[in-house]
Amino acid sequence: MIKTAATLGAMILVAACSPTAATSTGPARTTLTVFAAASLQPAFDNIGQKLQGTNNIVMTFSYAGTQTLTTQLTQGAPGDVFASADVAHMATIESGGLIRGQSAVFAHNRLEIAVANGNPKGIHTLADLGRSGLVVVLADPSVPAGKYAQQALAKAKVTVHAASLEQQVTGVLSKVALGEADAGIVYVSDIVTSGQVGGVAIPDAQNVIADYPIAVLKGTQNLTGATAFVDLVLSTEGQTILRAAGFEGV
Amino acid sequence: MRRTKTPAAIGILAALGLLLFLLPLAGLIIRAPWNQALGELADPTTTTALGLSIFCSLTATGIALVLGIPLAVILARTRGTLRNILRALTTLPMVLPPVVGGVALLLAFGRRGLVGSLLNQAFGIQIPFTTAAAVMAETFVAMPFLVIAVEAGMRSLDHRYEEAARSLGAGYWRVFTRVTLPLLRPAIFSGAVLCWARALGEFGATITFAGNFPGRTQTVPIAVYLALETKPEAAITLSLILLVVSVAILVGMRDRWLGAL
Repeated sequence: MIKTAATLGAMILVAACSPTAATSTGPARTTLTVFAAASLQPAFDNIGQKLQGTNNIVMTFSYAGTQTLTTQLTQGAPGDVFASADVAHMATIESGGLIRGQSAVFAHNRLEIAVANGNPKGIHTLADLGRSGLVVVLADPSVPAGKYAQQALAKAKVTVHAASLEQQVTGVLSKVALGEADAGIVYVSDIVTSGQVGGVAIPDAQNVIADYPIAVLKGTQNLTGATAFVDLVLSTEGQTILRAAGFEGV
Repeated sequence: MRRTKTPAAIGILAALGLLLFLLPLAGLIIRAPWNQALGELADPTTTTALGLSIFCSLTATGIALVLGIPLAVILARTRGTLRNILRALTTLPMVLPPVVGGVALLLAFGRRGLVGSLLNQAFGIQIPFTTAAAVMAETFVAMPFLVIAVEAGMRSLDHRYEEAARSLGAGYWRVFTRVTLPLLRPAIFSGAVLCWARALGEFGATITFAGNFPGRTQTVPIAVYLALETKPEAAITLSLILLVVSVAILVGMRDRWLGAL
């Protein structure tokens, strides 16, 4: 009974709302919303400012774990551009018919061990992360950085008893920066731009290279702006900013 | 007394307000994968998170009772500026965004925090990322609900009963345990229920202060949040479980106790 009433209520509300939603065709918008993996924040803030300065566009960034953004986008969140920290989540968005044209890989990133400045715990290899008495924080395996970390640890044949599985790679970084964790596995770019933590390199044989694809979203209200942003990211200028932020260019 | 007719506008706005509550519930119930629900219930992730949630929220409520009732007694007996300060401090967690509460807890009880650094140096105790941290986060966020309810109860208490007991020769503790507490029982009960419900739903402070690890700090709300990104059906099922629990509490308690609020 209650269920029927609720359904009826929902139908009335939807019916009442939809005409207004359909007729909202205003003038061309100059705002641009970019959904980007949390690790991209320092580089994209910079690139966004460049675009904002030259094209009179108001940039809005939604930074979160790629898996969070993917869920939001598949649930219909309105955005213009999506930049993912792995190919798998971009593929989900692509197969959902949510992107316009093709996605393009615009940067690569490697993993690095984040430690407190000065490396007081003497962590030099992935194997050291398996030591007992060490508080190690990883990203959750549903987060690209967490998935990559699992791959790297598997390659190094190390078992880590993580204290916490964070929702985004920046969560790992902040736990190390706050001193709550002794070490965490993050991206090279996170350590380059953080300035608050030290980095311990992971050898290539154990490392994982992350591919970052970008795409214009199908639902974009600002195709010109979205294309301009993607072009800028792929341009020499954008690539320079990304390299300065610790990414590897394409 | 004759009742004046309520204007239609009030009724319409009230209906809209009600819809805002009803539609999300309807969404959950309609979209729930009922055929999979039992399977999800047997999933170790679900049972572990549920067990941890029940343990943490009950422990938090227990701590809130032990610390919160005395706090409410003190609050009810103070006047003036001191009372305003104490009240503001007590109710702060109710208005503070829980994530901010979590950050504050880290800065106080984290390894480098005010108290946490001392605990770490003196005893080698580290609170973050432990079940104790999850319980602390829940207590921090939920205890004000108990304090407020008990304080209100204290203020509306008929103090003649206590005076009568005292005049008959009972000491403070005897009056407190035999007269005051029994008189406060409805307030304590409703406060504890609200406190428990709030603790059960705690998310922001817990994930910030205690992190996320299955079986240790991953409570049901955190499991829901995570599952939404990987297994939406599991998230909906877990949400339904919390919903059923909450509704059961409300229906079970409303008439007897919560009516006093």
